[in-house]
Amino acid sequence: MVIFQNVSKIYGSNGRQMAALEDATFSINQKEFVSVVGKSGAGKSTIIKLIIGEETPSKGRVIFGSYDVNKLKSHELPQLRRRVGVIFQDFRLLSRKTAYENVAFALEVAGRPQSDIIDFVPQALEMVGLKDKMLNFPKELSGGEKQRVAIARAMINHPDMIIADEPTGNLDPMNTWEIIKILMKINELGTTVMLATHNKDIVNHINQRVISVENGKIVRDEAKGKYILV
Amino acid sequence: MLINLFRIIKYGFLAFRRNGWLSTATLSIIVLALLVFEGLMIFNVLTKTAVNLLEDKIDISIYFKIDAPEDDILNIQKSLGTLTEVKSVDYVSRDRALEVFKEKHKDDAAISQSLEELNANPLLASLNIKANDPSEYATIADYLDKADFKTMFEKVTYAQNAVVINRLNKIIGVAEKGGFVLIVFLAFIAVLVTFNTIRLAIYSSRDEIGIMRLVGASNSFIRGPYVVEGIIYGFLAAVLSIGITAPIVYFISPYISVFIADMNLWKYFTSNIIGTLFYQSLFGIGLGAVSSVIAVRKYLKV
Ligand SMILES: Nc1ncnc2c1ncn2[C@@H]1O[C@H](COP(=O)(O)OP(=O)(O)OP(=O)(O)O)[C@@H](O)[C@H]1O
Ligand SMILES: [Mg+2]
Repeated sequence: MVIFQNVSKIYGSNGRQMAALEDATFSINQKEFVSVVGKSGAGKSTIIKLIIGEETPSKGRVIFGSYDVNKLKSHELPQLRRRVGVIFQDFRLLSRKTAYENVAFALEVAGRPQSDIIDFVPQALEMVGLKDKMLNFPKELSGGEKQRVAIARAMINHPDMIIADEPTGNLDPMNTWEIIKILMKINELGTTVMLATHNKDIVNHINQRVISVENGKIVRDEAKGKYILV
Repeated sequence: MLINLFRIIKYGFLAFRRNGWLSTATLSIIVLALLVFEGLMIFNVLTKTAVNLLEDKIDISIYFKIDAPEDDILNIQKSLGTLTEVKSVDYVSRDRALEVFKEKHKDDAAISQSLEELNANPLLASLNIKANDPSEYATIADYLDKADFKTMFEKVTYAQNAVVINRLNKIIGVAEKGGFVLIVFLAFIAVLVTFNTIRLAIYSSRDEIGIMRLVGASNSFIRGPYVVEGIIYGFLAAVLSIGITAPIVYFISPYISVFIADMNLWKYFTSNIIGTLFYQSLFGIGLGAVSSVIAVRKYLKV
């Protein structure tokens, strides 16, 4: 599903350069549940940005499904992105649209009929417990509520893969486990899931494959992994 | 496809409504730009009418000797009519000249009486020549000066009017050139200001555009609502600018008539209102849509 071949990402334009990812090679198969763990600034979000073509690698090759991500033209990228649901670390909600419209937008970009939107959007918002706030704009929502809108948006389109970048960072323990349960459920139903987090309890509870990143290098990749602190 | 178009239009209207003061500010700027254009159009019409009026006042008159036979004069009229520089040649017979003279002075007892006493027609027959272009009077005068029927002329008015005609020619030329430069310059400024205003409005949603890209929206689906918004701006601005101009024109129209006798600006304005609305909308919509497309393009690179 996802293949990284000797991928490096060096940020920085003039003078100061910063290697956020160095020579990363790994692949994720369909229906896998992969946790990517590492300290803040290790390079987790960078991996995600490379998968959806938000950033281009400085070296190496990234493949998603049948797409060679960095060979895609600007007008081809949307097709790839509609097949991945990303829960962004900073939510990335559309500030001028309500919670309902934000979730509906993911269906609209795929050209889905209005009846789908009327059926599925309230359902998705109900799943994340936000049905009564669906007409609120993002600025009228708390951090955790925004995060849950982002989760609903990422899932609504039934993408081939869900990428969750610290999706529970703003949630209380109750909601956190709720979301993790949803992610595991989705994975059981056949969706590939990638979870980036530094929450040790979660990773150990899931008890699935763990990729550990340190200073931009992949230091461990274990099938039934634990979060190992350095 | 149709559902996309429907959504694009829906979101365009929604954004226009939600953007509140930003929409209002952008709209006001486009209204101002269109007002400049309307002002220029009216200015153009006024100078054209004034210039035409002036041009119309210029002519060359040939007065024929009192014994010149009418047939000869009519022949000369015919041959002058064939010159390319000449627009029209009007023949005024001695009798006609007298009639006009009498009509003009019918309230003046002294003149009427002296005419009665004279008992003969003292007025001369004349040909009034109008040129296609005021600058051609010199050529026509030259031609007349060299013509072999010159012997029949009592006098030709060009010589005495030459200075005035030349000066008018210069004024007309300057007015036309200056008007053109002014129009191009102001139009350029108006376009630039509008473009920049729309660009700023879209700059404020650059993050949104990036997010839309990241959740899989195609470029046309992102661009569409902004273009629709631009079209709304253009159309509303056209209607508003005409709504603002109408009372102003109504108010100044009588004052204009004082300066330019034949000009009824209000009548001109009302009889052309559909056309004006059409061109203003076309211009506003074009400007709004094109500015939006150019401004959005920059943020679609994610
Ligand atoms: N656009 C950028 N320009 C320069 N440096 C960047 C940029 N984005 C990220 N970095 C750097 O790259 C490194 C990796 O960033 P990344 O966001 O991948 O970390 P992370 O593992 O997701 O951290 P966190 O857990 O805090 O989210 C960091 O040191 C960061 O400072
Ligand atoms: Mg991160």
